[in-house]
Amino acid sequence: MARSNQLELVQLTKRYGETVAVDDVTHAFPAGAYVCLLGPSGCGKSTTLRMIAGHEEVTEGSILLDGFDISDLPPARRGTAMMFQNYALFPHLNVRDNVAFSLRMKGVDKPTRHKRANELLELVDMGRFADRLPAQLSGGQQQRVALARALVTDPKVLLLDEPLSALDPFLRIRMRAELKKLQRELGIPFVHVTHGQDEALALADEVVVMNNAVIEQAGPAREVFNAPRTEFVARFMGGHNVIATPQGKVAFRADGVRLAGPDAGLPATVTAVEYQGASVALTAATESGEELLALLPEEDFFAAPKSPGEAVRLSWDEGRANRLQA
Amino acid sequence: MTDLTGDTPPPETTAAPKRAGHGLGANLLGWLQAAPLTVILVGFLVAPIIMIVIVSFWGATEFSIYPAFQFDNYEFLFGSPVTYRVFLATFKYALITWALTLCIGFTVAYFLAFHVRSQTMQIALFLLCTIPFWTSNIIRMISWIPFLGRNGIANQTLQDWGLIDAPLEWLLYSDFSVILAFVHLYTLFMVVPIFNTMMRIDKSLLEAARDNGASGLQTLRHVILPLTKPGIMIGTIFVVTLVMGDFITVRFMSGSQKANVGRLISNDIALLQYPSAAATAVVLLATVLIIIAVLLRFVNIRKEL
Repeated sequence: MARSNQLELVQLTKRYGETVAVDDVTHAFPAGAYVCLLGPSGCGKSTTLRMIAGHEEVTEGSILLDGFDISDLPPARRGTAMMFQNYALFPHLNVRDNVAFSLRMKGVDKPTRHKRANELLELVDMGRFADRLPAQLSGGQQQRVALARALVTDPKVLLLDEPLSALDPFLRIRMRAELKKLQRELGIPFVHVTHGQDEALALADEVVVMNNAVIEQAGPAREVFNAPRTEFVARFMGGHNVIATPQGKVAFRADGVRLAGPDAGLPATVTAVEYQGASVALTAATESGEELLALLPEEDFFAAPKSPGEAVRLSWDEGRANRLQA
Repeated sequence: MTDLTGDTPPPETTAAPKRAGHGLGANLLGWLQAAPLTVILVGFLVAPIIMIVIVSFWGATEFSIYPAFQFDNYEFLFGSPVTYRVFLATFKYALITWALTLCIGFTVAYFLAFHVRSQTMQIALFLLCTIPFWTSNIIRMISWIPFLGRNGIANQTLQDWGLIDAPLEWLLYSDFSVILAFVHLYTLFMVVPIFNTMMRIDKSLLEAARDNGASGLQTLRHVILPLTKPGIMIGTIFVVTLVMGDFITVRFMSGSQKANVGRLISNDIALLQYPSAAATAVVLLATVLIIIAVLLRFVNIRKEL
């Protein structure tokens, strides 16, 4: 238990005047896991992260790291390190000095801190660029430097505030693979704030879905995707249909929906067809006016293509439908 | 950009005639657009300076000025110990005023940029700083006189409080009052550029510094100060240039007891010694240009403009 790096939030609350940004959140982050805080903008995920980092004061509750309450400590003494959304590299310092900044603040002598900075730059594969200024680097390179700077203090937890949002889609996919690999190598928990569910699913050992200042659902990525507990989670994770039944609302996966024969399934009218490469997204409106999405394998769809306005019947495996709590 | 242009050389040979005609039209338009500013700069900046340089080589007697090309004016200027004393006094004024305006200006700008959180408040306080500029320099200067005089408010208050027995003589008509007026007049020229640069500092850099364990003072020293350097430099150029060229403040606030280069020139002009005044002006201009050139060696302000 000496170095479990267990991060825990206890009844954490943040108020700005009357507005509640984070409302009584209690959550224990699994040790050594990659955790994604996922939610729409304004759901409180960034505020939560900034409170953990110490850049936002806690209104009520506490943040525990390895059992110690760190809520009142200054950021640098918490054992956390933060990577900022726009990287926040010091524009007047070269890459090596940026990484060595915190060591310099601690009064570490020049050869030692440069040696350590070079080690970290090698870790993120940026050794060649040590003498450049941040403005001379691409977005992806800047991000690696920011990562090295955050890791130079040997943090117990790394906090990442939408680290991939400033990158182009291609680079984003590559960087997230690297983040994941780095996390596995270092073995410390990463807490990563994002509003992209694909990013969260790809990266996270645990996904924490937030909405309206509270945690809607937390669990392993597969569990959250396959068994959303609330309508919000089902809709936000995407790829799900939510319909009202006499027993309450249920959610089921759009890729489980099939075009059925004339006697089976639910009658509906096609409203849109979208070709997506491997699959075709068919949107249809039921008689009660609910919208259903069906992700059909490309081959199946083009064997009997449908166009908007056509009547179809849709069926799905009731057993895989998931009763929603809210 | 460079490799882009290197990869695709423009097909000049095929489209040459058409391009040339098009280029001429575009060039002409460009010249026309640049013309008004050029005319103004040549007419009101370059020509007068050339005139001053020419006149500085002319000769003068007690009652006449005659065109010539002689170095008498410069010889007299560089041969007189008064010149060196006056230049030294001017440097002293510039240096002390610079140091004080920098301290005050940096502090005010820092307060406005980093302590005042709401933007409305920032703008309101900033406008408040400019209120003194609604009156003329001279009036702002003269209003110090009843305050600092022998029987002025400052001396009387201090006497009433029993802090001093006799009025302080050095409050007015002294180096103190001259520098006080300079600082009062020119601090804003330091505040504005520094505030401007500070406002461009990304606030997340300050958080990043805090995250990396920098104390408030360390953040100031290692993040804010280096990033504010261009603003400090622009303010420095403003203040140094203004103080070096001033003569009216020194005259009023020293009661004509102190001298600087500006007063040297204005005295020459009062005595109709234009060539001598012109020579002094040329030396002063050269001095200021050298100072600015040296300053620009230290800090690159180009990205601020």
